[in-house]
Amino acid sequence: MNMKRNLLGSTLGFGLAAGLASIAMADEITIATVNNGDMVRMQSLSPKWEEATGNTINWVVLEENVLRQNVTTDISTGGGQYDVMTIGTYEAPIWGGNDWLVSLNEGMADDWNIDDLLPAIRGGLTVDGTLYAAPFYGESSMVMYRKDLMEKAGMEMPDAPTWDFIRKAAKAMTDRDAEINGICARGKAGWGENMAFLTAMSNSFGARWFDMDWKAQFDSSEWKDTLTFYLDMMNESGPAGAANNGFNENLTLFQQGKCGMWIDATVAASFVTNPKDSTVADKVGFALAPDNGLGKRGNWLWAWSLAIPASSEKQDIAKDFVSWATSQSYTALVAENEGWANVPPGTRSSLYANQDYLDAAPFAKMTLESINAADPQKPSVQDVPYTGVQFVAIPEFAGIATQVGQQFSDALAGNQTAEEALASAQALTTEEMEAAGY
Amino acid sequence: MARAITTQKKIMWTVLSWGIGLLIFFPIMWTFLTSFKTEAAAISDPPVWFFFDWTLENYSAVLERSNYPLALMNSIVIALGSTLLGIIIAVPAAWAMAFVPGKRTKDVLLWMLSTKMLPAVGVLYPLVLIAKYFGVMDSRILLVVILMLINLPIIVWMLYTYFREIPGEILEAARMDGANLKNEIIYVLTPMALPGIASTILLNIILAWNEAFWTIILTTVNAAPLTKFIASFSAPEGLFYAKLSAASIMAIAPILIMGWFSQKQLVRGLTFGAVK
Repeated sequence: MNMKRNLLGSTLGFGLAAGLASIAMADEITIATVNNGDMVRMQSLSPKWEEATGNTINWVVLEENVLRQNVTTDISTGGGQYDVMTIGTYEAPIWGGNDWLVSLNEGMADDWNIDDLLPAIRGGLTVDGTLYAAPFYGESSMVMYRKDLMEKAGMEMPDAPTWDFIRKAAKAMTDRDAEINGICARGKAGWGENMAFLTAMSNSFGARWFDMDWKAQFDSSEWKDTLTFYLDMMNESGPAGAANNGFNENLTLFQQGKCGMWIDATVAASFVTNPKDSTVADKVGFALAPDNGLGKRGNWLWAWSLAIPASSEKQDIAKDFVSWATSQSYTALVAENEGWANVPPGTRSSLYANQDYLDAAPFAKMTLESINAADPQKPSVQDVPYTGVQFVAIPEFAGIATQVGQQFSDALAGNQTAEEALASAQALTTEEMEAAGY
Repeated sequence: MARAITTQKKIMWTVLSWGIGLLIFFPIMWTFLTSFKTEAAAISDPPVWFFFDWTLENYSAVLERSNYPLALMNSIVIALGSTLLGIIIAVPAAWAMAFVPGKRTKDVLLWMLSTKMLPAVGVLYPLVLIAKYFGVMDSRILLVVILMLINLPIIVWMLYTYFREIPGEILEAARMDGANLKNEIIYVLTPMALPGIASTILLNIILAWNEAFWTIILTTVNAAPLTKFIASFSAPEGLFYAKLSAASIMAIAPILIMGWFSQKQLVRGLTFGAVK
């Protein structure tokens, strides 16, 4: 009897203690994120994590540039307003290098398999062997094209086209009377807009931003070839007002059936093949980003990732959430709720070994090949002192590239020649880099 | 004949004013219409005007995803609070400058205005660090004070201009009748300057309502107003124009309605003193 009572007592005691512990553990974390489809989906599925852990989440969803400004201010002042932040491959190495972010090498959930991450993506988020952000979805860029228009033009898209083929095909597909533009590409000024496209393109032309002494290279013949080719191709076969077109504008044009080809983020593949939004959903084909036979393709590499600022006071709970949101079981949860085609792509090898996913996503193979083809450590044909494929991972880059982007956008609008734009780009980059002490 | 020309002219002016009015109103109307469309209809080409399947789906999606009532309440408190605090400080300041000008009054006024020329980002870090030090990040009181400080030069300038229109003799007469300073301000000055004060209040509420730099940077969740609410619906990768439109309409509706009801005071105040 006594023993029974003791057993009952200790069971009750343990139960109470565990209950109290879970009440004491239950906490609130604040997560800052961007308003992209996959992130919104994470927000809608997060109650599952809240139910499982007893913690609650405050969501701060912001536009990309506003988020960057907000988060940069917070992290550089040690504000501690956010416990988890969505950042890109540009910020991760810079902030990680400044010790602003918490290492994710340890403390993640046991089933969070770090070795399953795609090497190119993992490499972009790692500094000196330390992983500073967990990739939520990864993307590269590729060619999306209209199979029907390609056929009508009497051409056939190879899996790995060259720039010359793209230009020729664009010209052949263009039908101004039917409002069909052979090629749609980014023209809107911004380091993450036209400069992402042009920097990636320049890699395949053998150009680079800086030489090994950090001297700007816009006066090189490779950059001249890149920009001249881009402007000629866009003038021949691009849409009117292309200098104002970013990702969303081109997505609209493609979905309306006004682009023969569109070279942009792999994540767009699921949008253009979705019959709910796209009028051309069943006519889209995919190919690798073009090259020039120099050994580098014109595709970029980006991963929207979750990172934990060092100023967060709830790092353990934050790590628990990050583990959950970037795990294989989260992918399975999305598949269960929204179908395999909608799972966040481009971060884990296991996803590309999953037949259900490969069957549901016709763009899966091309996405994986594009991501694998990008090397942030050696983006260009020539040697470079920086990492990053479509960006240069230094804090000065965003400001400089946006100014350079304005020059190139201006050239596309016909307000200046390629030579003038390159001369301005060279002058302003040299000035900014000298001022920054390079 | 003369009458005919006048009528013709009248018609011309009326048509022209309506044309300009509609042109200015068009973006708001288009946002309103888009907010009832599906995402696919929002980007359709050619654009659809009125004949589409009207849906409230966007509004329900917006309400489901964010805390609109809290954002609205924050906007109201911040806009009203900062304006009223500003008025309390600015009325005595403007009174002193208008009726008891010193040698340096003009310089002080210009100096106050010059603070508006400083790019906001120039004081971003000091302000964030101060707010952090006092533990008031993400609080309404912080935004009330900051927005009051930002708009104070405009409030003082506007009130100063209105007060200057009031003849000093009237105040003198009141003083001769035995009014003290308090009575002079409450019973003589304020009623005469009321249209001016009203339009200053309205204009500053609108300015504070629309302020989208400090209100976004200095808040996260608790004090986040409608500016941050809208910023959460703009997407770099993905087309959510219909939802963005719904969020925009929800954010501008209160201030639009307020402006509608008070447009008489607003116009009267803004043109006060313009015709001599």
